[in-house]
Amino acid sequence: MKVSNVPFKGTKEQEERLLAVIAKHKGEKGSLMPIMQEAQDIYGYLPYQVQKIISDETGIPIEKIYGIATFYAQFSMSPKGAYQVSVCLGTACYVKGAGELLEKVEEVLGIKDGECTPDGVFSIETCRCVGACGLAPVMIVGGDVYGKITADDVPGILAKYR
Amino acid sequence: MKTLQELKEIKALKQDQVNIRFGGDAEAEKTYIVCCGGTGCTSSHSVELMDNFRELIKKAGKEDEIEIIPTGCQGLCAKGPIVVVFPGNVFYQEVQPEMAERIFNEHIIGGTPVAEYFMTEELATGETIPFEESSFHKDQMRLALRNCGRINPENIDEYIAREGYEALAKALTEMTPEEVIQTVMDSGLRGRGGGGFPTGKKWLFASGNRGNVQKYVACNADEGDPGAFMDRSILEGDPHSVLEAMAIAGYAIGADQGYIYVRAEYPIAIDRLRIAIDQARDYGVLGKNIFGTGFDFDIDLRLGAGAFVCGEETALMTSIEGNRGEPRPRPPFPAVKGLFESPTILNNVETYANVPQIILKGADWFASYGTETSKGTKVFALGGKVNNTGLVEVPMGTTLRQVIEDVGGGVPNGKKFKAAQTGGPSGGCIPADYYDIKIDYETLSSIGCMMGSGGMIVLDEDNCMVDIAKFFLGFTVSESCGKCTPCRIGTKRMLEILEKISEGKGELEDLDRLEDLANYIKANSLCGLGQTAPNPVLSTIKFFKDEYIAHIVDKTCPAGVCKELLSFVIDPEKCKGCTKCARNCPAGAISGEVRQAHVIDTAKCIKCGACVDNCHFGAIYKK
Repeated sequence: MKVSNVPFKGTKEQEERLLAVIAKHKGEKGSLMPIMQEAQDIYGYLPYQVQKIISDETGIPIEKIYGIATFYAQFSMSPKGAYQVSVCLGTACYVKGAGELLEKVEEVLGIKDGECTPDGVFSIETCRCVGACGLAPVMIVGGDVYGKITADDVPGILAKYR
Repeated sequence: MKTLQELKEIKALKQDQVNIRFGGDAEAEKTYIVCCGGTGCTSSHSVELMDNFRELIKKAGKEDEIEIIPTGCQGLCAKGPIVVVFPGNVFYQEVQPEMAERIFNEHIIGGTPVAEYFMTEELATGETIPFEESSFHKDQMRLALRNCGRINPENIDEYIAREGYEALAKALTEMTPEEVIQTVMDSGLRGRGGGGFPTGKKWLFASGNRGNVQKYVACNADEGDPGAFMDRSILEGDPHSVLEAMAIAGYAIGADQGYIYVRAEYPIAIDRLRIAIDQARDYGVLGKNIFGTGFDFDIDLRLGAGAFVCGEETALMTSIEGNRGEPRPRPPFPAVKGLFESPTILNNVETYANVPQIILKGADWFASYGTETSKGTKVFALGGKVNNTGLVEVPMGTTLRQVIEDVGGGVPNGKKFKAAQTGGPSGGCIPADYYDIKIDYETLSSIGCMMGSGGMIVLDEDNCMVDIAKFFLGFTVSESCGKCTPCRIGTKRMLEILEKISEGKGELEDLDRLEDLANYIKANSLCGLGQTAPNPVLSTIKFFKDEYIAHIVDKTCPAGVCKELLSFVIDPEKCKGCTKCARNCPAGAISGEVRQAHVIDTAKCIKCGACVDNCHFGAIYKK
């Protein structure tokens, strides 16, 4: 897992929201994952500082929290671009040429899977099957789904977000 | 909180109008515009489409005469967004948001359906037939999906109109827990998540000591197989059927709490589940003292966080408890020691979706469908190289050919069917020689495949089997949790061998090495993920050995997929000598005079494909 060297810029308001989430789940069995998921929604990612707050408030050791953060693909310890570009690499998309889509996205943006462009606009994140197999191959940019596309469509689609 | 009597009144009030969408012949009070709001159609802009319809209805002041019913998946995702208008049963396909106006003006208001937008199916003969007559429509049998695509999943009243929560009422008021378990056992229902373990037996194992210990009912909605979306569609289209079944299971084993573990990648399914749980609590079909019988049952959602291994039952429970989702050894089995160390039953979404009808209509009714050992139906997510990609449900025992050729509409572009991949990363490939195999648990495992959860990816002659095996193994390598060595290191070594083969550096002994490693991993891994991970490799070696040998001995990829084994060739007939390829070749591998056919020096070529992209005459091809 990539640990970011971008300085942590959490606000007081974000911290208050996180504390409220932790208070809401107090005493609930198996509540650590829901807390971490909501924390990631608040901050956009889960840097060490956020994990420390969760640990201090719940009494759960930080190494356990770190262990969970690094185990699940959904948790990220580095910030994401303003638009997240996901190419689905599920089987249905793969047999219809998703591999070529990803190569094209990497070529156009000049970054690799899991990285963020220096201007902070795009990050690439491959995913395994979003369940829209009827539209394969599928690419998602900032929540907008593009189905049945080819590598040639990629530059035009990405240009819309610049 | 509603009483049983009040639920009956809701049903009496709503059922005639709801049943119009199921072929009922009551006189329609309104025109119903049924729009698919599943993930597939939403991705094709069905939300904007519904907004447009709403706008048009509002402008015309016809809110009382026309109703929009947003539903879950209707099945034919490739032709989405799908719209069906009732009365009349008129199917429209690929309805873009701007097409709403014409349908509204000409059909809804004017009374003349827009034939141009009708849903049709093109037969192999080139003839076009209406959707209602197509095999996709006629050859399916919908039990688990019976309400999907026809009711509004965000409205509990519509589910109640379709006998919703009657099975729970019947179980609580007319049956003992033992009778519920016996009925599920007699029905022959088996786990739809892949393993095929008899559901009733699972419930029986967890039923001891009822009332004295804490127990849990869990639902596995962590549908991680790439290319599978059956469970997602049920949750999006008919979430109450799962809630009702879990409550019935809770009554059967004596549990008062349920958990649904659902993938975070399914935002629509999560939303609809949240709404359904709230409505069910509001109506008192979840919560304390259900129907005044003293039975308590509630359900909480837990979201997965992107780990495939959490679809394995013990890993899923470890994850619900808030840990890294690593599997634990069995025994003890979950029925003895599961969630939070308590007896737990865990079933898959589709399994649960069958339960309410089994309780209502009886074990014999369900057992009348399917084969000797596999009862009922199975939902498949058809994908890959097939015309009708989408969701289909057929009786167990249907042949693979019927599923792909009839329901699926065959392989597109006149290509030849090569294999069907079932069971995802745990399954195998069924080759064309077995096209007439009957699909049930036993026959599929007898040829080294498995039923799996229902993903079915169709492959044609352009797909390379070595590449497919490599794809699945790459998946397992990145999803292996790392707890046990055979899976963590073994799959990685297998992947390296496959990479070597696909780069043309393989030797014949590699096939033996692959098989040795595969058998070792299968025998020694802790959980199902590792025990089944080698299957895609073993089954492709078994059925497509000649393709492996072509890669190893002849150093060619017959399907033209493995890049390192391809060579680019210029067709001298088509080449006009424009020099564009030569100018764009980064390796300087192309030479030739202006207006003369060019040639590629294969020794210099780096196989980047830049020449193919730049040729205007289609003169360069891969061999």
